[in-house]
Amino acid sequence: MKQQKQILLKNIDKPNQHTVSVYEENGGYKAIRKALQMGADEVKTEVKASGIRGRGGAGFATGIKWGFIADPEKSGKPVYIIQNADESEPGTFKDRLLLENDPHATIEGMLIAAVALKSHYGVVYIRGEYAFPYTRIQNAIKECYEKGYLGDNIFESGYKFDLVVHRGAGAYICGEETALLNSLEGKKGQPRLKPPFFPGVRGLYDMPTLVNNTETYAALPFIINEGAKEYASYGTEKSTGTKLFSASGHINKPGVYEVEMGYPILDFIENECGGIRDGKKLKAVIAGGSSMPILRADELKGVNLDFESLQAAGTYLGSGGFMVMDETTDMVEVALNIAHFYTHESCGQCTPCREGGHWIEKIFYRIARDKGMENDMDLVKSIANNIEGHTICAFGEALAWPAKAFIEKFPEEFRERIEASIKGKPLKKEALNFPILNH
Amino acid sequence: MSNERIEFSLEAKKRLEEIKKLYPDTASAVMPALYIAQEEAGMINDEAIAWVSENLNMPPVQVREVATFYTMYYKNPVGKYHFQVCRTLSCAINGSKALMEHLEKRFKINPHEVTKCGKFSFEPVECLGSCGTAPMCEINDRYFENLTPEKLEAIIKRIEEEEPDLRLSTKKDQLGDGLKDIPCSSIRG
Repeated sequence: MKQQKQILLKNIDKPNQHTVSVYEENGGYKAIRKALQMGADEVKTEVKASGIRGRGGAGFATGIKWGFIADPEKSGKPVYIIQNADESEPGTFKDRLLLENDPHATIEGMLIAAVALKSHYGVVYIRGEYAFPYTRIQNAIKECYEKGYLGDNIFESGYKFDLVVHRGAGAYICGEETALLNSLEGKKGQPRLKPPFFPGVRGLYDMPTLVNNTETYAALPFIINEGAKEYASYGTEKSTGTKLFSASGHINKPGVYEVEMGYPILDFIENECGGIRDGKKLKAVIAGGSSMPILRADELKGVNLDFESLQAAGTYLGSGGFMVMDETTDMVEVALNIAHFYTHESCGQCTPCREGGHWIEKIFYRIARDKGMENDMDLVKSIANNIEGHTICAFGEALAWPAKAFIEKFPEEFRERIEASIKGKPLKKEALNFPILNH
Repeated sequence: MSNERIEFSLEAKKRLEEIKKLYPDTASAVMPALYIAQEEAGMINDEAIAWVSENLNMPPVQVREVATFYTMYYKNPVGKYHFQVCRTLSCAINGSKALMEHLEKRFKINPHEVTKCGKFSFEPVECLGSCGTAPMCEINDRYFENLTPEKLEAIIKRIEEEEPDLRLSTKKDQLGDGLKDIPCSSIRG
């Protein structure tokens, strides 16, 4: 097996990498010193030239995102820098690994962004359940203050930057950047309308704000140290660099893997994931977290792990939450499981999402429990189509896309259940899910 | 709701004053304030809301609005050891249902109920970002991963014997050191 080049996980297994001394022994905090020498404009140019795209899910070009933020010296408005560590997309646990084992890399990335955008205040928004990673990032920040890497005079440069950790409290939607900002302002975590509330223009406390994912920040030290050209030499033309994939499900070796963008999906399953468990056959894969459409095994040939290739295959790279299912997996139960997640996590702001989620879940539930009705599959598709594009944020798509994909990709499994229930001959398949509906 | 009056500690107030200084706007401290109040009161009840409201100079309704939006603020009592079993996809296809069935049988309660002794409660929760180590269960603030009903039972027995501290203390800003020999860190491939 070809050894994958490592940028993000190069030092992840080294003992005590989470402490500032070991992080520095392994080359840490060199990039921020260099960035301070380079100055804001040069850092911005370098990051843009690297071609790196956001690692949280949307894949928006980081350099362009940074470009939306006005120079505070001209606008008179302070700039805020946020690390989105509200990792909640089912199947995703890569940021957790970075926060636990290499928290200083994410802080250094934030410092680089702060210098580039002339920001003096940043927040790490971490999901509430990540208590252990919280203690690691909190401790890393404490070390930085003691060392003078954070505070009024970072690295004796005369530059001021303060960093705070803010714990979420169990709401998936707070990973959506404008919901995160509302949450951080002490409000319900409900997304804002865009326009006018593009974070880069009207973000935290109505000021220009940068929200980037943990993994995106962790890649910045490499870009500054080695240069944009070196970074862009990894991956493909439109998907530069390496990407972390959180692999789980029916595989021999679940875990977080770093691969170059463009790595063949079937090689990833065979090599990194160690193949399917117990000699079973592969049935399907969700490559980018549960909000992305599922792919059948027969659709994977020639597909690579990068933004373009996955899009051409009818799904998205998303957060890199890579969930593998073997031939025994009951897709009706899987559809119900995922529908329940999005129904539970809807923030309740937009009617199509708040109500539609419940409807879809109820229909999947009755199909699974042998009470399906003749036009149920069309009904789900119709509800999903009425959610998609009709909500304030992309959560509507996160709910609608997988629901439709399960039916479109595995129609025979739904049809079998429905036909049996119409004939009054229930299949009584074993439920995968603990009873999850209160009706 | 209990009629007992809860005394919020001076330590809690001091901690909240420190936290308020971390944000450009005091309202941003409402979430950490609710965590502190929850640690003091055991849940988010009317008194917890009132305490946060007074200390942040925020209308109680605004505090309640935030408290009810997020699942980690408990609006109903939970046991001293609250078990949260992940029920989302990777855990489900790796057997999380069996874990919940075990807890139901073992504690003789339904999800969201508390055992008579006040010690245990459980609920199914949505993805906790531990998919590579599925199935898993979070007990208070600690993750327990790669579980089977047998392994979970062994942990319950140890909880009964040792009464370990598994909480993230908002005052000390530290995770309790109970059951430290059981690893709770992401596995690597």
